[in-house]
Amino acid sequence: MSAKNLSPYLNEFEDIPGTLVFNTFRSRQGFNLNQFCMSLMKPENREKFKANEAEYLKPWNLTEAQTQGVLKRDYLSMMREGGNIYFLAKLFSTDGLPYLVAVATMTGMSQEEYSNMMLHGGRSPKGVRSKSNPSL
Amino acid sequence: MARITAGVTTSHVPAIAAAIDLGKQQQPYWAPIFKGFEFSRKWMAEHKPDVAILIYNDHASAFDATIFPTFAIGCADEFLSADEGWGRRPVPVVKGNSDFACHIAQSLILQEFDMTVVNRMDVDHGLTVPLNLLFGDLQPEDQWPCQVVPFPINVVQYPPPTGKRCYDLGKALRKAVESYPEDLKVVVFGTGGMSHQLQGTRAGLINREWDTRFLDGLTKDPVGLTRIPHIEYVRETGSEGIEMVMWLAMRGALNDNVKEVYRFYHVPCSNTALGHIILENQS
Repeated sequence: MSAKNLSPYLNEFEDIPGTLVFNTFRSRQGFNLNQFCMSLMKPENREKFKANEAEYLKPWNLTEAQTQGVLKRDYLSMMREGGNIYFLAKLFSTDGLPYLVAVATMTGMSQEEYSNMMLHGGRSPKGVRSKSNPSL
Repeated sequence: MARITAGVTTSHVPAIAAAIDLGKQQQPYWAPIFKGFEFSRKWMAEHKPDVAILIYNDHASAFDATIFPTFAIGCADEFLSADEGWGRRPVPVVKGNSDFACHIAQSLILQEFDMTVVNRMDVDHGLTVPLNLLFGDLQPEDQWPCQVVPFPINVVQYPPPTGKRCYDLGKALRKAVESYPEDLKVVVFGTGGMSHQLQGTRAGLINREWDTRFLDGLTKDPVGLTRIPHIEYVRETGSEGIEMVMWLAMRGALNDNVKEVYRFYHVPCSNTALGHIILENQS
């Protein structure tokens, strides 16, 4: 791999459909959002957040899109705004939800459809390997 | 001297933690998963390592978004289970081996693997689930039967280290272990994987065929596996399938010649294809 030109490395990931690879640029974009999530690792913060979510979010300087993503529990939107699943896990864990439920919300499938897909072997890679070559 | 006798890989799915903590092991969904580790628990109880070097990734628990160490090693005397948003897991405190870990850290740095030394950290499901799967569903008042050196590798923020880099790290880890004067029996864990994607509209991806080839290669052709680029892991096994590079760090620490004594593969475990293998060193 060329040390000078990272574009081919980074662009290859962009060719994968329905996938947001959390690289250093997205990490910068989502820093405040992800750090807010980390604050929910303390029980007293979880209580404060649950008592008044909008108020709790103010000092974290989230963008409007990030704020709406949190309040609406729109995980796909939070991912697009730089969130990472392992940070966002603190938010859905605060809600008492497992990964299976939170992850399913990003797929456009119902919980039942998603669970059934997993029980039947998961999503086949066929057709979702490449945007530029959907026949793969 | 200290010596590595075997390697273990296993997925470290957080739902397994919840299943254990809530006592769901006998439910139809979970029973086949725990049954898949019955042999492994017996094997481990007979194998009796003094220390487990446990390679895993921190899932935004010990390290927040301010720092993403590529290779880290826990040198503390003990490690508490992290509060990942639902309280600390009711598991025994993880006892480290500070002297051994410090020796490994220094040896690796002098072998040009620039480790981040961590003197205090909590350990999350990435470490405690593999301990449960191999040592049993222990209670907080129990003790894990061996010491544990936590060895977190970044696979959360891209780019993670390459598979080859992890494999080479394993080779250096072996030298570090074998230069430690005390007579310790060491098992190396490589955890995470197998295929899974926890994000985006492609979430739920599972690639049994690719995973099977990876398991085959882990035993017979690990050098071949080191040539797999990041893009292939993501395309074929999902954005979180990249965790399998950590298995190559374990494999690098073993002899070229190993005996596969056990393998287990099960779909689904939550969003994930659960893979597990036990390799014993052969001369």
